[in-house]
Amino acid sequence: MPSKRILIKDHTAEANLFAWRSLIGILVVFAMIAMVLINLYYLQISSYEDYQTRSNGNRIKVLPVAPNRGLIYDRNGKLLAENRPVFSLQVIPEETKNLNLTLARLSVLLEIDDEGIADFHADMKRIRRFKPVTLINRLTPEEVAIFSAKQHLYPGVSVEARLARYYPYGSALTHVLGYVAKINKQDLQKLSMAGFEANYAATYDIGKRGIEKYHEELLHGEVGYQEVEVNNQGRIIRTLDFNPPVPGQDIVLNIDVELQLAAEKAFAGERGSIVAMDPTDGGVLALYSSPSYDPNLFVHGISSKNYKKLLKSDRPLFNRATQGQYPPASTVKPLLALAGLEAEVITPETQINDYGKYQLKNVARVWRDHTPWGHGLVNVTKAIEVSCDIYFYDMAYKLGIDRISESMGEFGFGDYTGIDLHEEADGIMPSRGIIKALYNRPWYIGDTINIGIGQSYWTTTPMQLTQAITTLVNKGKRIIPQVIRGEINQDDIVLNPVKERQPINIENEYNWDVVLDAMYGTVNRKGSARNAFKGSHYISAGKTGTAQLVSIAQDEKYDATKLSKKNHDNAMYVGYAPYDKPEIVMSVVLENAGHGGAQAAPIARKMMDNYFRERTFPEHIVIEHLGQTPQVDPLTKKEGE
Amino acid sequence: MLRTKLETNQPSFLNRIHCDGILLSGLLLLMAVGLITIYSAGGQDIALIQRQIIRLGIALSVMLVVAQIPPLAYQKLSIYFYIIGIAMLIAVLIIGVSSKGAQRWLDMGVTRFQPSEIMKLALPMMVAWYISRFNLPPKLWQILVGLALVAVPTLLIARQPDLGTSLLIASSGVFALFLAGMSWSFISFIAVAVSAFTPIMWFFLMKDYQKQRVLTFLNPESDPLGSGYHIIQSQIAIGSGGAQGKGWLQGTQSQLEFLPERHTDFIFAVFSEEFGFLGVVGLLAIYAFIVIRGMLIAVRAQDAFCKILAGSITLTFFVYVFVNMGMVSGILPVVGVPLPLVSYGGTSMVTLLAGFGILMAISTQKRIMSRV
Repeated sequence: MPSKRILIKDHTAEANLFAWRSLIGILVVFAMIAMVLINLYYLQISSYEDYQTRSNGNRIKVLPVAPNRGLIYDRNGKLLAENRPVFSLQVIPEETKNLNLTLARLSVLLEIDDEGIADFHADMKRIRRFKPVTLINRLTPEEVAIFSAKQHLYPGVSVEARLARYYPYGSALTHVLGYVAKINKQDLQKLSMAGFEANYAATYDIGKRGIEKYHEELLHGEVGYQEVEVNNQGRIIRTLDFNPPVPGQDIVLNIDVELQLAAEKAFAGERGSIVAMDPTDGGVLALYSSPSYDPNLFVHGISSKNYKKLLKSDRPLFNRATQGQYPPASTVKPLLALAGLEAEVITPETQINDYGKYQLKNVARVWRDHTPWGHGLVNVTKAIEVSCDIYFYDMAYKLGIDRISESMGEFGFGDYTGIDLHEEADGIMPSRGIIKALYNRPWYIGDTINIGIGQSYWTTTPMQLTQAITTLVNKGKRIIPQVIRGEINQDDIVLNPVKERQPINIENEYNWDVVLDAMYGTVNRKGSARNAFKGSHYISAGKTGTAQLVSIAQDEKYDATKLSKKNHDNAMYVGYAPYDKPEIVMSVVLENAGHGGAQAAPIARKMMDNYFRERTFPEHIVIEHLGQTPQVDPLTKKEGE
Repeated sequence: MLRTKLETNQPSFLNRIHCDGILLSGLLLLMAVGLITIYSAGGQDIALIQRQIIRLGIALSVMLVVAQIPPLAYQKLSIYFYIIGIAMLIAVLIIGVSSKGAQRWLDMGVTRFQPSEIMKLALPMMVAWYISRFNLPPKLWQILVGLALVAVPTLLIARQPDLGTSLLIASSGVFALFLAGMSWSFISFIAVAVSAFTPIMWFFLMKDYQKQRVLTFLNPESDPLGSGYHIIQSQIAIGSGGAQGKGWLQGTQSQLEFLPERHTDFIFAVFSEEFGFLGVVGLLAIYAFIVIRGMLIAVRAQDAFCKILAGSITLTFFVYVFVNMGMVSGILPVVGVPLPLVSYGGTSMVTLLAGFGILMAISTQKRIMSRV
């Protein structure tokens, strides 16, 4: 019987033993429950805040939102730089079914070359997992349409839109506006050093040149933030909070785009530059460097082929208007004359007899006038009008380099103008010290003679020259040129204040009139620019210049290449109008073009015609010489015809 | 006496179908908690809930069927269950189906089946049957034989390898021996032996992935995106639930899928995140209620076999709860053990409710046996 064993058992003792053991078992269970609860208390109560933070860190991501870049208008409200949507093709490698197959099919569909695929693989290595990698930077509308129709076949591939800069006037404004392009490593370093890295967290482009670079801070705006909830794949589930970005400041430039277009047309690709400035407020009305290039090429990443082309040809990347350093030649004669008059080395009546040659005692070298037979009896007015070299050789000799250097320095030569462009050179205003420092040689008297006609080591940028002439036109008031005119605040323009420097004070105010009258004569009497401005409906004044390049050392960076190839003179012109109440001052440089009066002045004429295109002026009666100016020599008349 | 009262009264419907109403209410409560949590963890997938309800229905049916069988039958069948179980475990090692590096399944044509599930009940039954044949407390040699009965399936399952299950099955046998009155000195000896065995197990028996689990458990932050990811995300889910929880369907760790195995092994983390510490206390109260009810049934059982079997099933049930909660909250290494009656899943649920069916049989079928 199987129950026999059970029967002899002590059931009570067994039941007690079991009850006792069960109690222990239950106590152990309670102890385990206590362990779980203690651990859970630690996690949920004691460490709650820590884990809550980590939980939020998992799910909440703060995404930066790029501000829209400020728009740029010209002085008449024409849009010069705008933001347009561009489309790029993005691939999230982890979300594709078969990356290599997807890429192969896309490269057939959208004609991607091997280089594009290689770039993609390179980008993929440095971009975090589950983040989109750009396959095509810029899709055409046709490509967007082609892809969109087949998008369902390509999981993990999408078309993304963003705003990118577009410059509707292309090459006409390149050297003013500059351009934006993709933020590179150096830009990032600079941004992080300046503490602006966070502000650029969502920004793709940054100003690289011109106004885009100089006013970057103004144009960029402030980054916004979108707080989103994401899942474990990083996919956005919903937006929790949105802190919109502050768009960049819309700005207005002093530039007149019509003038700019006229400049581009006038140069027709010839090398040179033009700078036009408003003498009343320093506004830069036009600044054109020729040849130019399309800045839109850089916005989407210029191809190496196109970039090499820009480097090889006539250096379009170089801003001749602010970086080109040219000998000013005869264009500075009015300024030198003023220095001579002020120093009383000459008077308005001082005459010399120019027979075509100038020599110093005990010096073998002969300095010649630009006309072999000379200009005969010449006073300062005529010397400026006909650009007599002999007069200025003699005056410079009497004035001496130290006084010339100081006086020209006051007009801003050898110093940055302070224009709101980073691409600026300072030129050289020679002095004993500078020549010693640059070339380690003493100053020779012959150098002074050459300085008298704006040659020797003297170099200036067209911007600098324009500023100096503006100072002359303003009779000593020195204004810093500014491209930016103001900021748009709702519908108003808040004008930037006019920036001035310490003015030039001279002893005899009348000397301004003598010099300015001579510039009037250059255009309106029998001077070197009379042909160029014949029949203009406004009264202008000016000065021609023809810069010799042979035997003149210049800034190596610029001229080392040019000198060997082209040794023709640079044609130059400085001018302003209207004569009685100047509104525009300009300088024109035409490289290796020949005579200033014949080549550069006509361009200035075209520009001024354009500037005054909608204006009428009273009938023009030629003003004779100022009261004390001596009668014109008959010889001069002969020369002038 | 309560029992007298029950006996004299007209038996209720539940009694007539051999169902312990108190135990059933605890189980149903847990299942309800499970369904609510699975709905949240499974991304509010009604189909998932429907499948789980069908499973629960099957498991409850199995429980009721098992409850109809007299305990005496179990006593008599124990040895056959055990032998069949062992045979299947050997078969699994030879002709079993592999999945995820472990050979745990037997292909039964229609469905796949884990023989270790049989052993979860067969082993405590076998040990209870064996040890209850003697006067309790058992003698040393009886305990050693008992331990040998435990060791055979344990080692077979450990070979699959399924270390977690083998240890849990071993514990069910050991509980039976403990409840039978295994002497304290021997318990101490085993404790020492186990600690001595640990390094041997580490160096000779454990596979690399098992070692990795233990290492990860000891320092999950050492590999936060790899093997430590699960436990870190789980702790974040639990911790961020706080005292009151984030609310049903509001658990960000689970809803946004940062938490792995949400509706299966790690469902406790989902529950803790959404219902907080207070919810956890409530859930543990339900488990404690079931354990106390199970132990009461064991204490009130009529004979030693029933007492030991009921006690062992109850305690083992709680060990599953503890191992799962400990694993999810980071005080035990990760072993693939679901939270009993709450986690989504099939086989283990059937085994579990079959166990409760035995408890119900023991609880409700006393009058069938004649009392001395």
